[in-house]
Amino acid sequence: MAGWLTGDAQADRVVPPSGFTAWLTLFTAGAMAFLAVFALALSLATGRLADRWDSALARTATVRISAPEGQMAAQTAAALRVLETTTGVASARALSDAEQAALLEPWFGPDLPVEHLPIPRLIEVVETEAGFDARGLRLRLAAEVPGAVLDDHTRWREPLVRAADRLRLLGMVALGLIAAATAAMITLAAQAALAANAQVIGVLRLVGAQDGYIARAFIRRFALRGLAGAAIGTALGCLALLALPAAQAEGGFLTGLGFQGWHWLWPLAIPPLAGAVALLATRAAARRRLEDMP
Amino acid sequence: MIELEQVAYSYGGGELLGEVSLALGPGSFHFLTGPSGAGKTTLLKLCYGALVPSAGTVRLFGKERREMTRDDVALARRRIGVVHQDCQFLDHLSVADNIALPLSVSGRDLLAEEPNLRELIGWVGLKERAQARPPELSGGERQRAALARAVIMSPDVVLADEPTGNVDWEMSQRLLRLLIELNRMGKTILIATHDLALIRAAKAHVQARVLRIAARRLHLAGADL
Repeated sequence: MAGWLTGDAQADRVVPPSGFTAWLTLFTAGAMAFLAVFALALSLATGRLADRWDSALARTATVRISAPEGQMAAQTAAALRVLETTTGVASARALSDAEQAALLEPWFGPDLPVEHLPIPRLIEVVETEAGFDARGLRLRLAAEVPGAVLDDHTRWREPLVRAADRLRLLGMVALGLIAAATAAMITLAAQAALAANAQVIGVLRLVGAQDGYIARAFIRRFALRGLAGAAIGTALGCLALLALPAAQAEGGFLTGLGFQGWHWLWPLAIPPLAGAVALLATRAAARRRLEDMP
Repeated sequence: MIELEQVAYSYGGGELLGEVSLALGPGSFHFLTGPSGAGKTTLLKLCYGALVPSAGTVRLFGKERREMTRDDVALARRRIGVVHQDCQFLDHLSVADNIALPLSVSGRDLLAEEPNLRELIGWVGLKERAQARPPELSGGERQRAALARAVIMSPDVVLADEPTGNVDWEMSQRLLRLLIELNRMGKTILIATHDLALIRAAKAHVQARVLRIAARRLHLAGADL
């Protein structure tokens, strides 16, 4: 590998420097690496978001009691008794009037007289690690507390987590497409370089160069250009991410785009991967071209 | 070393050469003559494996050309020095680098070969022009540089295609002397030329076999040559 990186000075010089394909490869690798940084950040951010939503909503449930005014306290107490004896429930408590008012405040303002309104009583249920049997609990509540409805957040949680997982998948697909587009562009640039250097290849063959020698002269050049372009693109992409606003609760997902902690190491993988893509693409193009030439 | 048996070569539906048999033995000297377009270059290309015959057999150092891979042909070419009429240089490299190219492609240590390279450049009289680019050279200098490149690997065979085509009489005599000198070192030489004066001049110094291509066939030339 070290030998490949340092190369053979004489062999490197047999291919004349060609401005157009050099810049095309450098620019393509740079632009694709820049996009890859964002696709990677998107993928990791949505992964974090899915985990956050999953863990935030997975361990809690709500029991809503809708009962005539005279029965509300009795049904609430009955529901709490049921919950206390349910396996998988770590704790259960009825929200106070003040807490319920706080929940409704964004819609009805701060002076809502909750005590005079027929508002259902909410019981916050915290699950144990193992969780409870939602179907069994519903049956017990239906039998003992007619006005109780269990909401285990499944219907909220699942679509959100599914959406976040899809976004993560989208990020991965974007990374794959970026790698494929990079390979396609570098293949085209390598083919153009090989076609433009047909006379050079002819001379090399005349003096006894084997295909491996000729291919290496082109492959090394394109792989190093791919590596250099991707390093520049990755650096610029990381700087652009750093320039984004810091993650805030109010901003939610949009301001959370970026890397956290050791995830900053991930972009370091982009330049060598781009170099490897350039190497494979150029090798395939060189093999085809050399086979086509007499 | 190089043998052609009943070789034919066709291109685009037309036969360029037919029923050609030729054996280039060690240390032999051959001239190949004939009018322009007769097929001299085609025959040379068959001799160094650049073309595959349509019929017949070409053997390079005992191996049948049709059974050789591209890498086999490349290895055979390291034993065959070729001088083209248009020389075929890499114009972005210096004359010295072009002459050293066969060493480079065969993985030789260029530093260790440096004295040989210098001696060879001196032998062809290009010491002062070693760092020039090929387009800066005159026709004669280009031919001498091509000859130096052809022999730097100390090949068994040297094939030269119209090596004196673009040079004056004095320079053509100088090139001829270099080729005769190589033959005296034991190299097999085949020169394709339509310059009959060059052939006559050579025959005064070396025992050469003169072959003529006419009507797509190869003949031994008459005593007039």
